[in-house]
Amino acid sequence: MTMRIDLPEETIAGVLAKAFGNRSFLIGLAITLLVVAVALLSFVWTPYDVTKLVIADKTQAPSWAHWFGTDHFGRDILSMIMVGARNSIAVALVAVGIGMGIGVPLGAFAAARGGLADEALMRVNDLVFAFPALLSAIMITAIFGPGAVNAIIAIGIFNIPVFARVTRAGALAIWPREFILAARAAGKGLTRITVEHILPNIATLLLVQGTIQFALGILAEAGLSYVGLGAQPPMPSWGRMLFDAQTRMVTAPWMAIFPGMAIVITVLGLNLLGDGIADILDPKSRRRR
Amino acid sequence: MSLLEIENLSLTISATPILKGVDLAIAAGEVVGLVGESGSGKSMTALTIMRLLPHLARAKGRVAFDGIDILGASEDQMCALRGDDIGMVFQEPMTALNPVKTIGEQVAEGIRWHTKAGRAEAEERARKILDRVGLPEAKFPLSRYPHELSGGQRQRVVIAIACALKPKLLIADEPTTALDVVLQAQILDLLRDLVSENRMGLLLISHDLAVVTEMADRLTILRRGEVTEAGDTARTLSEQSHPYTRELALASMHVPARPKPHPAGSAKPLLEVESVGRDYPGRRKSLIRPAQPIRAVDDVSLTIEPAQSVALVGRSGCGKSTLARMILALDKPTAGTIRFRGEPITGKPESALRPARRDMQVVFQDPYGSFDPRQKVEKLVAEPLHLLEKQPTKAERREMVAHALHEVGLGPRDMDKYPHEFSGGQRQRLSIARAIITRPKLVVADEPVSALDVSIRAQILDLFAELNQKLGIAYLFITHDLTVARAMADEVLVMHEGKIVERGPAADVLDHPRSEAAQALVAAAPDLHRAIARKMQEQG
Repeated sequence: MTMRIDLPEETIAGVLAKAFGNRSFLIGLAITLLVVAVALLSFVWTPYDVTKLVIADKTQAPSWAHWFGTDHFGRDILSMIMVGARNSIAVALVAVGIGMGIGVPLGAFAAARGGLADEALMRVNDLVFAFPALLSAIMITAIFGPGAVNAIIAIGIFNIPVFARVTRAGALAIWPREFILAARAAGKGLTRITVEHILPNIATLLLVQGTIQFALGILAEAGLSYVGLGAQPPMPSWGRMLFDAQTRMVTAPWMAIFPGMAIVITVLGLNLLGDGIADILDPKSRRRR
Repeated sequence: MSLLEIENLSLTISATPILKGVDLAIAAGEVVGLVGESGSGKSMTALTIMRLLPHLARAKGRVAFDGIDILGASEDQMCALRGDDIGMVFQEPMTALNPVKTIGEQVAEGIRWHTKAGRAEAEERARKILDRVGLPEAKFPLSRYPHELSGGQRQRVVIAIACALKPKLLIADEPTTALDVVLQAQILDLLRDLVSENRMGLLLISHDLAVVTEMADRLTILRRGEVTEAGDTARTLSEQSHPYTRELALASMHVPARPKPHPAGSAKPLLEVESVGRDYPGRRKSLIRPAQPIRAVDDVSLTIEPAQSVALVGRSGCGKSTLARMILALDKPTAGTIRFRGEPITGKPESALRPARRDMQVVFQDPYGSFDPRQKVEKLVAEPLHLLEKQPTKAERREMVAHALHEVGLGPRDMDKYPHEFSGGQRQRLSIARAIITRPKLVVADEPVSALDVSIRAQILDLFAELNQKLGIAYLFITHDLTVARAMADEVLVMHEGKIVERGPAADVLDHPRSEAAQALVAAAPDLHRAIARKMQEQG
């Protein structure tokens, strides 16, 4: 005999109530919202102008005037982190968008068709996957020239196989279920079943993978900027700031610590958010409590 | 003194009462049957004895096993008991075994843990017990993995694990529900032998009254967490003094009232299956020779007339579900043709199949798995409607769904619920509503009642009979349960290893089976009348 406990009805209020009972979701959400708010604020106001170089104020330690200190050109680090957030978020968001937009349909198609189409797609996928992402991104930006747009494309391309794979694996687990058979017996085609039944059932999976890729995107952008292939000066970016800081680690540690912290906290927040969302949307998590 | 004594056991899970004052006792060498419908608390009673309850469960009362107070025992004491003095057999042999470990390792594991025996010694004992449960090493080496065994063989491994250390008490929770009747009879025989050999106590949990009657010395009937009746099997079932006992017994033997059986050969056939075969690619045994295909369905022919009800019976793995899929055009036959209303449906593109699909629907076995958990009933039941030539408007669609729900005994308010808000029986009604919404001519039902409780089973069978009469739907029932065939079918086909080995009017085939396969099925099928009669003789 199987044991079944009746689950509460899944209403919007119910989901919200669950969301506010989930600590990692709340913390993740707070951090993410903070980063987004800071990025938005930077459009209208920053403590100092990040394009203005004040050599007289160079490499100052944190003080009341410059909370996070200044860099070797006398720019305010807090202001640069605020503007850099904008860059990081934009790059990661678009990169995840590219990955999902192309990867999810590819994976769903491979799972639905199976056979040769599936094999071919997944082997091409493996090929892309086999390149170290950062190395290939360097290659792409080296060919098309450095810059934020090319960085986005490069990171986006490496999100495609990730999403294709996750989608395919999730979809393959749903396809043999009886309700899919019932839908086929009702004469629905592969596309229709994918849209109506498969995707809603793997949405949680994709959402969680999305937050992970978003965090990785921020890291990748920082990495690309660090080697000088991301956003170009004078546009500040977190990775670029770390690059500038590395030779002054001993004399001006704040130049490395604050952008580094910004990256760590943002990635942590996104991962917590992803965990939280997975918990909330997973029907089994309701039983655990 | 009894081996196991449960007195006044009450159990709550986060304030919901699950068990209320349950009393139960088992002596050494005794078989006690625990009967009840789903949600009655049978499994929770078993889990209490093992102290494997969910976290929020609170148990009160007294549970004494062999002089040990189970509810007060420490976790270490329980670990020593579980698997050594108390063994447990679960329902699903597919999930009760670890798929990445060999059967030898899984049997030896418990032996080594409890007896501190060495690897070689534990393996030797594992070999012995596997041999005892009918898996001799010559045919089933210890290095086999669970997926290399059939369902019945896997259940034998589960029993071997539970009985490896000769436990004083064995708890078997629906041990044969997932198996076909022939395997069920074999597993029950094995359990009976093990009980008499080791003077083991056996707590047999089942929803199937006939199975429990055949096995148990005493019966305890559970309903909503309360014991309604307990006593000797023969007396309890022959007197049926408690109304619930009578209700259960009646539901187990329920045969829906049907009008005269459909006269054969009176009309143009609705469905014609002509020497259909289906091969699956086999496993390659040599590099040079091509793999031998596995023939799942072999040269099968059958016809179904309008409003006729046909049952296809056979053991699991005999190819009946494959045949059903081909009839529903979900799978392509490798040989032969299938015609629906005179039109061939084999090898046609999906777009050309629409009219046939509209008139041919399906009801699956598992009422939990056959609905998308993320959609509401309105959308789920309306799924086949897109096959209609003229797409109904939203209001019309709701009207049609409401009508279909009404026909299966559900209300229009149920439209806006999710499938998990329904009980198993209600879900099977939803499944039927979905199947009849396009007013089909043929419904293929694959084990439609085998996952349901007896009383709900009776209701669903009645519903099938009623719809057959009202709407003139023809049925193809696919089942290993002969009582369903007897209750519902005009004609019975017996399938064995991909072939139809016997066919004829239901009463003829089931009362006087001629083929060996049919005889085996009939002999193994549990029958409450027969079981009670036998118990009466034994227990006087």
